[in-house]
Amino acid sequence: MSDPLIEIHGLRKIYRVGKVDVPALRGVDLAVPQSEFLAIIGPSGSGKSTLFHVIGGLTPASGGSVRIGGQDISSLTDAGRTELRKNKVGFVFQKFNLLPNLTARDNIAIARYIAGNDLAADAEFDEVLKLLGIAHRLEHKPAALSGGEQQRVAIARAIVNHPAILLADEPTGNLDSENSAAVLSVMRDLNERLGQTILMITHNPEAAAFAHRTVRMRDGRMVE
Amino acid sequence: MTARLVLENMKHKPMRSLLSVFLIAVPVTLILCLVGLSEGMLSDSAQRARGIGADIVIRPPGTSALTLSGAPIPQKVADLVARQPHVVQAMGMMVHPVSNVSFISGIDLAQFDRMSGGFKYLQGGPFRGPNDIIVDQYYAQQHKLHAGDEIHDVLNHAWRVSGVAEGGKLARLAVPMTTLQDLTGNTGKVSQIFVKADKPANVSTVITELKNLLPGYSVYSMDEFTSLLTVQNVQGGALRTFIDVMVGIGVVIGFAVVLLSMYMAVLQRTREIGILKALGASRWFILKIILAEALVMGVSGTVVGIGLSFVARALIEWLYPASLTQAITPLWWPIVGAISLIGVVLGALYPGLSAATQDPIEALAYE
Repeated sequence: MSDPLIEIHGLRKIYRVGKVDVPALRGVDLAVPQSEFLAIIGPSGSGKSTLFHVIGGLTPASGGSVRIGGQDISSLTDAGRTELRKNKVGFVFQKFNLLPNLTARDNIAIARYIAGNDLAADAEFDEVLKLLGIAHRLEHKPAALSGGEQQRVAIARAIVNHPAILLADEPTGNLDSENSAAVLSVMRDLNERLGQTILMITHNPEAAAFAHRTVRMRDGRMVE
Repeated sequence: MTARLVLENMKHKPMRSLLSVFLIAVPVTLILCLVGLSEGMLSDSAQRARGIGADIVIRPPGTSALTLSGAPIPQKVADLVARQPHVVQAMGMMVHPVSNVSFISGIDLAQFDRMSGGFKYLQGGPFRGPNDIIVDQYYAQQHKLHAGDEIHDVLNHAWRVSGVAEGGKLARLAVPMTTLQDLTGNTGKVSQIFVKADKPANVSTVITELKNLLPGYSVYSMDEFTSLLTVQNVQGGALRTFIDVMVGIGVVIGFAVVLLSMYMAVLQRTREIGILKALGASRWFILKIILAEALVMGVSGTVVGIGLSFVARALIEWLYPASLTQAITPLWWPIVGAISLIGVVLGALYPGLSAATQDPIEALAYE
């Protein structure tokens, strides 16, 4: 078996709140092979989101190591983490987080622009847009799109630069069951057709069932 | 893509954008109006001085091209000057202020006609009595005067408008010199003397002779005299300083407007900044967007401000055609543009840097 795409050993993250140190991650160990669709579940405050923020380069680790594709990202500078977000990681958030002033097309294009890629999408990505079912909604701004459409645009934006990892934080948290199922199906299709590695946080066991594997967190640690 | 993002951001809050542009335009217009009024009024004075047709002007001791007080020159000095070689005519003239920016001229109309070629009357004609007054078209327009009207608000004297003349010669008001001398207690005295030489080649010779003849007096060729009517010379450079102060205020206003506007924009867009950072946008990318938006507002504000200076000139011409003359000063457009841009860049730096250094997690959690 090849080396895991993500290797995490003894990962710790401590937030400073006022004069108090609050440990959010207390020694997380996790290995994620390439092309796996992994669900991470756990109660609020268990450290799921913090783990995502560290893997996604949104915040530095306080200790331990995180290797993505062989690169240790735990010691990256702010500029290094910016490069990581630009090239290796795509985010999907619970609240969609599309730029409200731009059309769906421009929301996707700006991710390409920031990454320094050609603004014109490639043929493979056109297929992805069809798979996502949003090709006919690209000229609309987020306010004119349903929640499900917004989340599918957010998924398109997250994978437009072909990142190594797609990090989805409660991607169905703001959707009804029908749209939730559609978004989860799309994510599974992306995983199966494109081999996209996906890490998904969810509270919903039905959503977790779409993944290959589920891990549980509690009190800043993996418990199973 | 940056341009589209900046444009869409500005369109998203049109009232904030328009208000910012307008507030940047205001100091631009103020500076252009101030400079335009200064240069316009000085240029108008120079043009009217040239309209007299003299080659040389003699001013009393202790005066400059821009300062003149009372009528300290005995009228007989003009007769003395008239007898000098190469001098074909010397005309004494009295000038008296009637408001902060307006003067009345006391003239010997026959001599004035001979030197200047005379007024071109649009209504009425020359003086027919000692209490007659000739007004130029701009004064007549501003005060709604016609030939034959009586006016009482000039030196508290009852004048009859004998004629309305085309502008460009002398002050806007001209009365018989003896009447003005008597009314102001300057009988037999004049404020300045205009001299015409027999030919242009002899002007410098005549100036040299007159300087010898009248030590202490200021003797200028008309070209030299009008060239001294500049912003730098007004009140010993005080106008220049005033303009510089206004320019400084313009920078401060531009800075403050953009600082507040962009600070508000950054607060409103905290979450969007977080999104951009999650997509991998660098600090420079975020700062660039804020600076670009401020620059667009600065350039727009400058263009609007220049446009408003034309509106201001039209209003001034309509309301105060005789009192104020505003020039359009294209040479100042790049200067006010640079002033605006300095102000907006300085104003956008702090909000831009605070946006660029925002923590992406906190920004994404911002409601």
